[in-house]
Amino acid sequence: MANTAGPGGATPEQLSIVDRIVAEFSTSRGALIPMLQQVQAEIGYLPYAIMERIAERSGVPPARIFGVASFYSQFRFEPVGLHIIRVCEGTACHVQGAVDIVEAICDEFGVAEGGTTEDGKFTVEPVACLGCCSLAPVIMIDEDTFGRLTPEQARDIVRNYGTARDEGGAKA
Amino acid sequence: MPDRSTSSKVTIGLSSCGVAAGAAQVYEAFRREFDERGLSTPLRRTGCIGMCYREPLVDVDTEGLGRVTYGGVTTEQVARIVEEHIIGGKPVEEFAVRMEGKRLEDEAYYDRQVRLVLRNAGLIDPESIDEYIEAGGYQGLTKALTEMTPEEIVETMKESGLRGRGGAGFPTGVKWDLARQQPGDVKYVIVNADEGDPGAFMDRSVLEGDPHSVLEGLTIAAYAIGASEGYIYARAEYPLAVRRLKMAIADSQERGFLGDDILGSGFSFRVSVKEGAGAFVCGEETALIASIEGQRGMPRLRPPFPAAKGLWGKPTNINNVETYANVPWIITNGAAAYAAYGTETSKGTKVFALTGKIVRGGLVEVPMGITLRDVIFEVGGGIPDGRKFKAVQLGGPSGGCVPEEHIDIKIDYESVTKTGAIMGSGGMVVMDDRTCMVDIARFFLQFTQDESCGKCTFCRVGTKRMLEILDRITSGEGREGDIERLEELGKQIVSSSLCGLGQSAPNPVLTTIRYFRDEYEAHVYEKRCPALVCKPLLTYEIDPDKCIGCTLCVRACPVGAVSGERKGPHVIDTELCTKCDACRKACKFEAVIVS
Repeated sequence: MANTAGPGGATPEQLSIVDRIVAEFSTSRGALIPMLQQVQAEIGYLPYAIMERIAERSGVPPARIFGVASFYSQFRFEPVGLHIIRVCEGTACHVQGAVDIVEAICDEFGVAEGGTTEDGKFTVEPVACLGCCSLAPVIMIDEDTFGRLTPEQARDIVRNYGTARDEGGAKA
Repeated sequence: MPDRSTSSKVTIGLSSCGVAAGAAQVYEAFRREFDERGLSTPLRRTGCIGMCYREPLVDVDTEGLGRVTYGGVTTEQVARIVEEHIIGGKPVEEFAVRMEGKRLEDEAYYDRQVRLVLRNAGLIDPESIDEYIEAGGYQGLTKALTEMTPEEIVETMKESGLRGRGGAGFPTGVKWDLARQQPGDVKYVIVNADEGDPGAFMDRSVLEGDPHSVLEGLTIAAYAIGASEGYIYARAEYPLAVRRLKMAIADSQERGFLGDDILGSGFSFRVSVKEGAGAFVCGEETALIASIEGQRGMPRLRPPFPAAKGLWGKPTNINNVETYANVPWIITNGAAAYAAYGTETSKGTKVFALTGKIVRGGLVEVPMGITLRDVIFEVGGGIPDGRKFKAVQLGGPSGGCVPEEHIDIKIDYESVTKTGAIMGSGGMVVMDDRTCMVDIARFFLQFTQDESCGKCTFCRVGTKRMLEILDRITSGEGREGDIERLEELGKQIVSSSLCGLGQSAPNPVLTTIRYFRDEYEAHVYEKRCPALVCKPLLTYEIDPDKCIGCTLCVRACPVGAVSGERKGPHVIDTELCTKCDACRKACKFEAVIVS
């Protein structure tokens, strides 16, 4: 990953967020994961400079912080889109055609699985299971869940989600 | 006409899947309707009612009429239900899926079910401790703390025959006893709520629908083994469950069921929720402990077992959500009442998430000893669209596929294990003749490969090699000897991995080879996918005799692979075709042939 050399890659606001969160968790045991979760919840992702700052303030070695952050799929090192489209790839969804749903959505935006649209509006993220198996196949956009989808419906939903986005993303 | 508006109460299932199906909008529609008509009918929320295939579900309970459940409710139907049923006193039978006093078709879904774990799910408001108490909640804890010694509780758990519902099936009472007998003042209890099997949502439904039952079970366990601190390790993907758990903890603390000197017994206990960060391997108990400690969630060698050396090196008891939810019922009703259900070696009930190619999919709780066939065909109503049953997958990525020849086995730990599958945590995914078993095996292996923590070489590299072979087979490049190589590698991974993930990762592949070897052979030697799933092995053609040239398929094709004159037969360019199936779905004359 790119080393943005110290706090240079983070804004002063972000650094003060980190400092506040580290202070909040300073007394509790096993706090590293909740601390990283909180930082990510407020900043959106975990850039290198932010992890370095956490290390500096908490006294936890940077290698351990990066080791933990890279182990769990929840932590991201890249910014994500404004909306996250979670496409369920659980067993029930797989059996009911989730592969076609993923293809349709990726094709609609012209991105690969896990990718973010160029305008930064959407990130398409496959997930292991959303636990709504009887509504398979399912996708979740931010907090809204959509079930019993066909690829065409999935396309329509992502196309019309939020404000209408320009037509540029879709391939012929 | 008498005004019955206050003699009814309306309850709406607002669990994650209900909400996904539109239950929140239905709830709002009822609220609006009541406001506009000035009705004071109570409007309540509940967790998973269980008939997931009928979501959104609305219960209308009327004095004198009993309970009527409406299924697949749309906002448009709300006005009629209010008008005719709540005001008029006459249920709208055409929307009803279940009626007290009248047998509707869906009643078959409940005939064989015994709801002990799900005793409150779909009945009480999960955010109301009062409703939980009214339903008999915290009686088990009260009994445990005021009438029983820790030894008696452990003894009761042993007699009940309850075995760990997370999948491995270790006797719960024995586990508690091991932790109880450890020396030391500091001990921990943990709820494993890291339900990670794709295709399983039992624990989510219990946590969302009846969080207090888990909390009560945990507190009883803490008292029995002498722990004063507990953790609930919940999957991060379950935000609603986490929210309700936190609320339940705060409420029970306020009522004195948690905290210092619980119910005046001198026993003190505190619970906190830890949110997972997305790692399937953390369902393994030593990995879960590492994760709570803030480490990478990697399993370690056992022994020492957590009962001796667990969280922060102290004696620790870990059970999963369903196991704990059983505890208050067992303490309240006695071990014998629980052991009255089930078989010689597997007592009580098991909750299954019945999904896939099934008519009535949802959350079902059945007594141990029922046959797989009864669950699938009687409870679940069989396979939709007149298709043929092919196999049922039990135990998720650690489990296996059970074919038709074995579906008359009784569900208990030993019988299921004999088929090569495992009881697992309760995922039950039904597959029909359109499901490719090689593709399913590849699907699970891709999952475990991705989730392998990397500690053991056989799991890390072995699953990767297996996945490469399966990728090859499903893309039409299978080689002679591939099936045997999969078997060989699978056996080695099973015997050379440290934890349950690696030891069970090859199961889906090994069981499908065992029962569906011919399907593997068709892929490898004939480059053919009999279930017509593996796209690289398919070709799309148009039958010129059936095609009337309506151009529907031309318009449906996203890549312009279909051509032809209007009213003349069309042709598919196999070079351009991406096998997306859009043309076949669009065709009204079954002219698109897949082979």
